[in-house]
Formats: sequence, structure tokens, C-alpha cells
Amino acid sequence: MPVSQANSRAVYAALKSCGIRLLSALPETWLVHLIRMAEDDPEMTLVRLAKEEEGVGISAGAHFAGVKSAMLMQNHGFLASINGIVSFAQLYRIPLLMIVSYRGHFGERDPWQTQGGAVTEPLLRALGIPYAFLDDPEKVAQRIAEAQTWAYASLHPAALLLTRQLMWEEPAP
Amino acid sequence: MIERIECLRAIYPSLDDCLVITIMGAVACELQSLGHRPNFFYLQHAMGLASSTGLGLALCLPDRKVVVFDGDGSVLMNLGGLSTLARYRPANLVHVIFDNETLLSVGGFPTATATGADLEGIARAAGIPQTATVRTLEEFTAAFGAAMATDELSCMVAKVAPVGPKAYVTGLVLLENRFQFQRHIENLRVKQAK
Repeated sequence: MPVSQANSRAVYAALKSCGIRLLSALPETWLVHLIRMAEDDPEMTLVRLAKEEEGVGISAGAHFAGVKSAMLMQNHGFLASINGIVSFAQLYRIPLLMIVSYRGHFGERDPWQTQGGAVTEPLLRALGIPYAFLDDPEKVAQRIAEAQTWAYASLHPAALLLTRQLMWEEPAP
Repeated sequence: MIERIECLRAIYPSLDDCLVITIMGAVACELQSLGHRPNFFYLQHAMGLASSTGLGLALCLPDRKVVVFDGDGSVLMNLGGLSTLARYRPANLVHVIFDNETLLSVGGFPTATATGADLEGIARAAGIPQTATVRTLEEFTAAFGAAMATDELSCMVAKVAPVGPKAYVTGLVLLENRFQFQRHIENLRVKQAK
């Protein structure tokens, strides 16, 4: 599977060094290594979801308990979570950190991902959720740390988009 | 048929030491009418996520009992959440579902439990180890006491009358409640660490 292990490791290490100890996740191709790393890490509580929106409640509960968390999901999972994001995380000022695989954008071959890809950024903007791209392994740690810092300072959701450049290693033809 | 507020009144004194999450609407209003406490958090929207919030709390604070007061309309919006609860089975979580078979605060339209959906059956089939359905105040109090005493995840469905308060907005500001609740937990942790 041409999902970058090295870059997944960089993302996971960055989440750990930000003090994140709970991850909610729903599997998707680009997230496989990240989820396995969380599975194998005795310091991490991994909560496997039936639907991504549950992760908003779980992260809010963790925040109330003083535990730093993040949601690992595909952008379609972000779409599925919007009511929870608005009517819990935004209504109640929860510093929700969302790590979102940005499927369906340029370079995507799976037709079923493309509509979600086209609306992800417009929706984040409409919701007033600041976001940054994780596209350069050298900058992953800094971008995640900065997003988390902002989320806690503002008590507001923030999103990081895992891009194709970072996550996908195109096999040689 | 029993009323939800009678149930809440009967167990109110036993909510002292736990963390309580409620859904919006009548449950939040009625619990507040009995007396708000800093260990109560009322999720005044995001229907379906009260149990997920309880799960996050229960996993992060395994030594603290967490009680979720849910409703049929909310649970039906997040049935998958029951399977997630069952997957992690936090021993310190008590899930109470008040089932009045309606969406009371928005006109009283019937939910699917009015036509036979059995939430206890769904919870049991999802893998929740302790489940019950209760219809009297005695049954409710006994089942709640057993759920608080047991070291297993439990889900109890209380069949209640579709009645509630006249109005749903209370004097407690949402954010005041949220920050007070978080501060309360922080104080508990500080006390525990000493």
C-alpha cells in the first residue's frame, strides 16, 4: 500500500510530542499507518468509532477530563461530523484538533472521493475553522503544534489537512 | 406511567460524587429544577453525543463514576455510539435512557420507540453487558442503584410519560456550565493528586 510510512510516523510523532494521549479514529486508506501506530502505543488511548461525529463528544469529554486528544478522520468524516462540530465544539468552545485526510482533491483517482474533495475547504471556511496543510514532512511537527496552540488559546476547533503529497507515494509505473 | 422528574428526584442524592452528562430539553431543565451542581453538564444540543461525551470522560477518568441521562430521540440519532460504548465497556459508565417515545420539545411527534424499536434490545445486541428496561419508580431506583454499584458498563431504559416542563431555556448560561464543570473536574484531580 503506497501510503507513506515515514510521513505517517512524522505525523504520529508530532501528535505525541504535543501531548496527545487520546485519538478517535475511523479507518481510511491514508490513515492506516497512523491507526496502527496508535494501536501499538501503550501510552495512547485509541477509540475506534462507528461514525466520526462521535469523536467530537469523545474529545470534548477528554478535554473536560484534562486529556489532550485529536480526531483522525477522512474529509468525508469531517462532513459527517459537522453538526457535532457546530453544536458542541463551537457552541461550547472545545479546542477540537482535527487531523483530516484530504481525499478527492487534485490527483485523486477514486471517483467517489471527488465531491467531498471539492467541498472540504469551502466548508471549513464557511464554518470559520482555520486550517493548514500537512504537505511537507519537515514542517509537520511545527504545523501540528501551532494548530494545537491556537485551538487551546482560542478554545475553537482547528483542522490540519493531510495532503496527497505527504501521505501517498505513487508507485512507479 | 412514571414521570422522568420523579425518577430524577428519587436518585438525585446519589449523584453527589459522580460526573453527570445530560441531553438537551426536558432532562436538562428538570435536573436543573432539582438543583444544579458543578458536577452536572447539560449538552444543550448535538443530539446523540451525550453518551460519546460520557465515554470520553469515563475513559479518561476511570476512577470516577460517569452518569449519562439520555433520551430516545437522542439515542436514535447515534445508535452506532452504543456499539462504540460496548466496544470499550468503561466499567464506570452508567447510561440511563429516558424513553418517552416522542420528540417532546418539538411538538411531541412519535419516535421509532413508539412503533416498537426496543432500545434495551439494541443496547444488549450491541454488546453492552448490563441492560434493563424499567417502568415503575421502584424498578428505576433499584436498577439505578445496581448500575452505580456494579463494575460493568450498564444501560437502562426507563419508560416514562411524555411530559416535561413548560419552557426549556433556563437561567444557566451554557458556557458558564461548561467552564464550571471543567473546573470542577480539575479540582477533583488536584484533590486526588494530594
